[in-house]
Amino acid sequence: MRYIDEFCDPGLAKRLVESINRLSDKEIVLMEVCGTHTMAIFKHGIKKLLAPSIRLVSGPGCPVCVTAAQDIDVARWISRQKDVIFTTFGDMIRVPGGASSLERQKGQEGADIRVVYSILDALDIARNNPTKRVVFFGIGFETTAPSIASGIQLASKQGLDNFFVYSCHKLIPPAMKALLESGEVKIDGFICPGHVSTIIGAKPYEFIAEQYHIPCVITGFEPLDILQAILMLVKARESGQVGVEIQYTRAVKHEGNVVAQRILAEVFEPIDAVWRGIGVIPDSGLKIRQEYSRFDALLQFEMPEMSDKSDLSNLSDCICGLILRGIAIPTDCPLFKTVCNTENPVGACMVSLEGTCAAYYKYSP
Amino acid sequence: MQFDRILLSHGSGGRLSQQLIHDVFLKELGNEILDELNDSAVFNVAEGKLAYTTDAYVVSPIFFPGGDIGRLSACGTVNDLSMSGAKPFYLSASFIIEEGLSINDLKTILMSMKQAADEAGVKIVCGDTKVVGRGMADKVFITTSGIGLIPDGIDISPRRIRPGDSVILSGTIGDHGIAILSQREGLGFSSDFISDVAPLNHLVASMLDEVGNDIHAMRDPTRGGLATTLNEFAQVANLGMRIYEDKIPVQDNIRGACELLGFDPLYIANEGKLVTIVENVAGDRVLACMKRHPLGINAEIIGEVVEKPEGMVSLVTRIGGTRVIDMMVGDQLPRIC
Repeated sequence: MRYIDEFCDPGLAKRLVESINRLSDKEIVLMEVCGTHTMAIFKHGIKKLLAPSIRLVSGPGCPVCVTAAQDIDVARWISRQKDVIFTTFGDMIRVPGGASSLERQKGQEGADIRVVYSILDALDIARNNPTKRVVFFGIGFETTAPSIASGIQLASKQGLDNFFVYSCHKLIPPAMKALLESGEVKIDGFICPGHVSTIIGAKPYEFIAEQYHIPCVITGFEPLDILQAILMLVKARESGQVGVEIQYTRAVKHEGNVVAQRILAEVFEPIDAVWRGIGVIPDSGLKIRQEYSRFDALLQFEMPEMSDKSDLSNLSDCICGLILRGIAIPTDCPLFKTVCNTENPVGACMVSLEGTCAAYYKYSP
Repeated sequence: MQFDRILLSHGSGGRLSQQLIHDVFLKELGNEILDELNDSAVFNVAEGKLAYTTDAYVVSPIFFPGGDIGRLSACGTVNDLSMSGAKPFYLSASFIIEEGLSINDLKTILMSMKQAADEAGVKIVCGDTKVVGRGMADKVFITTSGIGLIPDGIDISPRRIRPGDSVILSGTIGDHGIAILSQREGLGFSSDFISDVAPLNHLVASMLDEVGNDIHAMRDPTRGGLATTLNEFAQVANLGMRIYEDKIPVQDNIRGACELLGFDPLYIANEGKLVTIVENVAGDRVLACMKRHPLGINAEIIGEVVEKPEGMVSLVTRIGGTRVIDMMVGDQLPRIC
C-alpha cells in the first residue's frame, strides 16, 4: 500500500537499526511524548531491535490518559442532567472517574451518551434535536483542538443555541516543560509528537533545546520514521549539536498550520489545567474565550462544587501518575495484570488504546 | 400478500400466520421436506459421526454491502459445521421479527438465504416465526441450526496441533467487520467495502480430499478476528504460534480504514475466511489446493506452530521486530487523535 509500505521497508529498517546500535555505546534515554508513538513502537516491535543501551520511555502524550478523574466526574454530572445528549469520542467512554465511568453511567442509569467521530456529528445531533441540550466532551491536544474551535465557530455562525462544549483540551509543550522542571526523569532526547506538530510547528519546542540542551526530533508514526528519528537523536547527542529537527517533513512545516493556530487562538485561551497523575500545570489547558462563552458548558450548566481538585489519584496502588511522568514503567505497578487489565482498567493508562499500560499489556509477554 | 409490513397478527398462529408461511417463507425457501410443514423435519441419515451446531444472528444493519442477515445466517452455520470437517446438509431457521418490518425486506432476506443455501448445497428443512412488538427486537433476528456428516477418519481438533505445523489463512482479513462498520452512522466512507460472507464447505471439502486427516485444526475467524482464533488454538494446544505480519493478506482499503480508525485488522471479524493448522509436510499441498478454489485464491501460509512460549501468539513485524498478539478484549473503540 503506497505511503505505508515504503515506511515499513525491512532492508532500510535493518540499516537504520545497525547505524543506531553502532553509535550507542553509552546509555541514552529517549522519551516519546505521544501515545501514538508508544503504540507504534510496540506494534512494530522496535524496542527489541535496539541495543539495550537505548531506553525508550513513554511520556504524558495520551489525551485520554491525562484527563483528570474530576473532569470525568463533571462530564458524568452533565450527562445526567435533564434533556442532555452527551457526545464524546469513543476512547473516553471507559475512562474511570472518581466513582464511575461514562460507560457505566450509560448502562446503569440510562444517560443519553453517544460516541461521535467528529464534532460535526455532534453539531448534527444538536440540529436534529432542538429540544435537547447537546454537549460535546472536548478532549485532545493541539491536534484535535482546532477542529473543536472551528465547530464552535460554525455553531456560532449558524446560531445553534442548544450546543455546548466541555473543554478539557490540553497543550503539549507546557507538559514537557513541567516534566523537565520536576527533574524526576533524566531525558537525553525527545521524540516529539507528529500530529500535534503539524499544527504548532517546531518553534514551541525550541526552549527545550535552548534552556535544557536536549535535542528534539518531530517524528512520524511509521516504523522507519521512528527509527530515523532515534538515529537523529543519537547523532545529535554524539555531536553535541542540539536543536529541534523535523523528521516528519511530509506533514510538518517549521511554522506549523497557521490557519489552525489562528482559529485556536480566536476561540480558546490558555488556562491552568489538572493532568491526571501529574497535578496542575500552568497554562496547559484551553478555556473557551469570553466571545464564545455561551457555548461553554462549564458556564451554562449550574454545576455543584466538585470536591477534589488536585486529582492525585485516589486509587492508592495505581501508579499511572509515575508512568505518565516517565518515572516508572507499567510492570513496576502492583496492579498491572493482577487487578488492572484492558477489560477492567483501574487507571487511565490501561483504558486508552494509546495508553502506556495498554501497550505493555497488549504487546508484551 | 394484502399487507406490506409485518403485523403482530402475522405471529398469532392464525390466518395471517398461514398466509405469511405460504406466500413468503415457503415461496422463497420451499423444498420437499420443508413443504410438508410437519412439526419436525423427518429424513434419513447415513451412518457415521454427525456434527450439530447453532448460532443466532442479530447483525445491524440487516442489509450491508456483500450480503444481508439472511445470507449471513445460512453461511455462518454452514461454516461452523465445515470447521469440524463435516459436510453440512440440513439447516433449521427461526425468525424473531419486529412488528413493522417490510415484507419486501423479509422476502429479500429469504431469497439471499436460499441463494446461500443453494451455493452451499444445503436445504432449510424446518423453521419457526415469531413476531414481537416494536422496540422488542431490531427488525429481525435469525437463529439457524445445522447438521452435517463428518467423513470417516477425519478428526479436526486443536488438540491435534503439533510443533512445526503450518498455519494457513484462506484470504484477506477484516472485510466483513469494516463493511458493517462503514454502514453505521457517522463514518461516511467513500470507498466500497464488501463483506466476504460466503459458505466455505466446498473449499473445506477439497482440502479434505487433498490431504485428509493432515488437517489438524480449523476455525473461521469471525468475532474477535484472526488474533482471537490463533490465541484459542495456542491455548488449547498449549503451544506457541509464530506469525509473519508481511504474509497476512489485507486489502489496501481495509488497511486504510483501519489506519484511520485506529483498528487492527487482526481483530476484525470475517465471515468467509478460515484459518487451518496442518501437518508441516502437507502445508504446500493444502495451500496449492486452496488457491485453486475461488474462496482461497489469496490463501497464504502465515506462520508456524512452535513449542514456546506456550499458549502465546507472537508476530514478526514487517521490519523484523516481534510482539505478542493478545486476544481481543472489549470492543475496539475508535481513537481520538
